[in-house]
Amino acid sequence: MGFDTSDDACVYRITDEIAAIHTVDFFTPIVDDPFWFGQIAAANALSDVYAMGGRPAVAMNLLCVPGCLSQETIRKILEGGHQKAVEAGCVIAGGHTIQDDEPKYGLCVTGYVHPDKALRNVGARPGDALVLTKPLGTGVLTTAAKADLLEPEQYDRLVRSMARLNAHAAEAVSQCPEIHACTDVTGFGLLGHADEMARGSGVTIRLYSRRLPLLPGALEFAEMGIIPAGAYRNLDYVKPRLTVAESVQQARVDLISDPQTSGGLLVALPMEDAGALLAALRERDPDSAIIGAVVAQTEHTLEIV
Amino acid sequence: MSVVVDALGKQCPIPVVMAKKALAELQTPDTLEILVDNEAAVQNLSKLAASCQLPVRAEKTGEKRFSVTMEVSAPVRPAEETVCAPDARGDLVVAVGSNCMGNGEETLGKALMKGFLYAVSQLPALPKTILFYNSGAYLTCAGSDSLEDLKFMEAQGVEIRTCGTCLDFYKLKETLAVGSITNMYAIAETLAAAGKVIKP
Repeated sequence: MGFDTSDDACVYRITDEIAAIHTVDFFTPIVDDPFWFGQIAAANALSDVYAMGGRPAVAMNLLCVPGCLSQETIRKILEGGHQKAVEAGCVIAGGHTIQDDEPKYGLCVTGYVHPDKALRNVGARPGDALVLTKPLGTGVLTTAAKADLLEPEQYDRLVRSMARLNAHAAEAVSQCPEIHACTDVTGFGLLGHADEMARGSGVTIRLYSRRLPLLPGALEFAEMGIIPAGAYRNLDYVKPRLTVAESVQQARVDLISDPQTSGGLLVALPMEDAGALLAALRERDPDSAIIGAVVAQTEHTLEIV
Repeated sequence: MSVVVDALGKQCPIPVVMAKKALAELQTPDTLEILVDNEAAVQNLSKLAASCQLPVRAEKTGEKRFSVTMEVSAPVRPAEETVCAPDARGDLVVAVGSNCMGNGEETLGKALMKGFLYAVSQLPALPKTILFYNSGAYLTCAGSDSLEDLKFMEAQGVEIRTCGTCLDFYKLKETLAVGSITNMYAIAETLAAAGKVIKP
């Protein structure tokens, strides 16, 4: 795969038929509930395997806990991770725990893929549609949740979205006759991941700001200025290559820049096939949408319209 | 008298939450000044002011010291809930009878039509059906500047229908690039059943 285009995981060819995918991800609690935190951290780590077109097989726990954390809380975090691994058909074979001031949890995951079927985050072509399989706004909403600003339904939609595996989305993607590029949307936000895809593919990506699937409450909180600092860092990084149409609402630019935890898959495929993919996705990932198009390279890698 | 909120050392979302609380407590026209120590908080507070339609001023007062001032002329009402239009197709039908929009110079008419179809693709509620007849048939065939927009809409369930007689007349049938072919009976029925018809 090489390191030039920031793929989601390492792929190691074992035989002509099997390549192993290795990836690791862990982070500090994003929600207060330990069981949800465990599920979200695991779904987030497993996602890189799905983004590469693979299936997770074996995983190891990575856990950091302060001495004051109760056994009950630790058990709930691990149970959350275990539940997601089972759902993914992946075995947690062990792990490692160290003491640390701030709790952290995640997984080191090994998955498999046929070497010819490994998906890359580059290869998008002019004429492609861009499909996103989960709604945006997890950074804004977890920030709002820290200040107890979320309604219970908003919180519920947020954690369910982050804890949902990208397994079904990956399955729908694998049924498509042709996939040009695929990645998952995480810390760099839709903006950063689309920028990587466009630059690596030598194309320009046009994002339709009014077509973005958004978590309930995300737009309102973004308008109010509840935006994590990471969103500004993402925007600053991409700014030299970005053009934003005048009519675009600022809050939507902020949500495009918003760092996502356990975000959806971002897929570039021929526009003709996008309708069939959406229909397949919507059974399990009802917020899936066509959010942009790939066009021939202009002086900008990203256009928000 | 002005109210000062000290949010130094506070990360997002705390400065915004503190400012919102202070705004809600202001009874009379007043100035609210919020002190923060990071750029993200300055931008977020400016957005809060914009969402409450308050004039805002930000200045850097020192190393990692910023002051954001909002002028409050009337008690701030909580922002109204944003009602999102359902992102679904309505019962709107767009009937395109020409490859030009309006009467006049052909070059302009064609450019307007391209812009129109793009704008339709960006509407919060997409049309149910778009009908193309007479020289409108050129727009759904190879070489049209609107194919990307039309395919984008088709992928989201918008029916793109082009009149078969018209495709035959202009010898375009082999080059149809998006949607399917329809006939006059179906065109009449679609228009009659439409809630609203737009004819550019």
